[in-house]
Amino acid sequence: MSALARLLLLVLLAFAGCQREERSFRADPVATESIEKVALVPLSPGPSGPVTDTSGKGKEYENNAYHLAQGKTLYKWMNCNGCHANGGGGSGPALIDDLWIYGGSIENIVQTIREGRPNGMPSFRGKIPDDQIWQIAGFVRSMSGNVPKDAAPGRDDALHPRPAENRTPEFPPVSGGAPPPR
Amino acid sequence: MSRFSLFLLPAIGFALAGCRGWQSALDAQGPQASELAWLFWIFTWVLGAIWLAVMIALAAALLRSPASRPDPLLVNPAQDRRYAAVVASLAVATGVVVLVLTGLSVVSQRNLFRVEEEAVTIRVTGRQWWWEIRYEEADASRSFTTANEIHLPVGKPVKIILNSADVIHSFWVPSLMGKQDLIKGQENDIRLVADRPGIYRGQCAEFCGLQHAHMGILAVAESQQDFERWRDAQIRPAEPPGDPERQKGQAAFLTQPCIMCHSVRGTPAGGKVAPDLTHVGSRKYLAAGTLPMSRGNLAAWIVDPHGIKPGVNMPTIKLQPDDLNAIASYLEGLK
Repeated sequence: MSALARLLLLVLLAFAGCQREERSFRADPVATESIEKVALVPLSPGPSGPVTDTSGKGKEYENNAYHLAQGKTLYKWMNCNGCHANGGGGSGPALIDDLWIYGGSIENIVQTIREGRPNGMPSFRGKIPDDQIWQIAGFVRSMSGNVPKDAAPGRDDALHPRPAENRTPEFPPVSGGAPPPR
Repeated sequence: MSRFSLFLLPAIGFALAGCRGWQSALDAQGPQASELAWLFWIFTWVLGAIWLAVMIALAAALLRSPASRPDPLLVNPAQDRRYAAVVASLAVATGVVVLVLTGLSVVSQRNLFRVEEEAVTIRVTGRQWWWEIRYEEADASRSFTTANEIHLPVGKPVKIILNSADVIHSFWVPSLMGKQDLIKGQENDIRLVADRPGIYRGQCAEFCGLQHAHMGILAVAESQQDFERWRDAQIRPAEPPGDPERQKGQAAFLTQPCIMCHSVRGTPAGGKVAPDLTHVGSRKYLAAGTLPMSRGNLAAWIVDPHGIKPGVNMPTIKLQPDDLNAIASYLEGLK
């Protein structure tokens, strides 16, 4: 291969850098909630695990830097930090650890936000639009390092009480934990 | 008249037309803006005259006939001394012009940022992509929050404290004052006076993201009585709706996602991250200078904010058509 051809190939490869993430600002105005069949526990009778069936919407939100960054903003705006603090937990459980009382997949978290949970988690259905619930759930996953590092939000302008989401080591979800005592 | 000047004259006319209007640094409506406009014209005339003189000298040099040019190898001490004197005096003149213009800038800068006892203090917080406005009074019960529209009494110094909640913005109402940045974690302040009643438009002047172009602000200068009347009305909480449609609108507003971000004083809606809607119907524009205030535009904005301002933080929400009409009616009536 001649030097010129190699150079041309390099230039062509550089163009791959122009690829930009797809950002959908405008949520579908007529869509209703997606149906997610999720299990809250990994236990199920028989040798196979629980039967689940998800819409695939979660992947779209978990891998998208825009959605995760919006989720980070909304986490504060919707007062999630009022109970869960910066993820370390307060009157609500911690979100940066690997323990998930009601399941740690993005679909589980979406259900938790939509429907609420006993012992204090409010139901936000009809209060936070559905696409924003997905954005927040994606961000919550990023707090324990469960989203791609290149999509997770970077450090804050202000002092950060823990490593930024894109530097958080991955803690795969484990079933467990308990609601904080009342 | 040549074809070129036929084209040029209207072009100059259009360019000059740009110097007038409700958003123009050359249409100064206050001492601060006049100071800037004066400086602009001084610089334009002085530098324009120098440019013209240089061009004339250059043209004269180029047009001289070759016969009159002296032989470059010829030594002529008398002429060389004359040339040296001309070059030296021009160099000195350049230095003097630079020094004088610098001096004028420094004096202007001092006048621009002179501290006067303010009659009104307004805290402006830049947000993507709107302006949170808070009128601050020593008496906390007379402080209030609004958005995207500031009112100021004519002839009174107004202190504007600038801050940001997210990225760097820049506050610029050209007819009243130059630009000043809004920086998160830092308070900048400017003082300005409006000489004449009028409505002056401002614009964010620091690129701040997708909808930077749709981040307008309105400065309404009015007489002291009109200003006091406006302020008293803004301090009051929203009046409970009287007619059934607006009552339905309020009920819908309070049960929809609206209350997560917006507040209407006098109701349980107390969100703090979006514009305060207590007197939204009294504002002249919607969505930071993007749409004129009307019931139709309110409905259009609620139904599809991302069609009007893609990427804006106002989400698309699912509303029943009846609720939409009622909410638009409710908001329009919040005078």
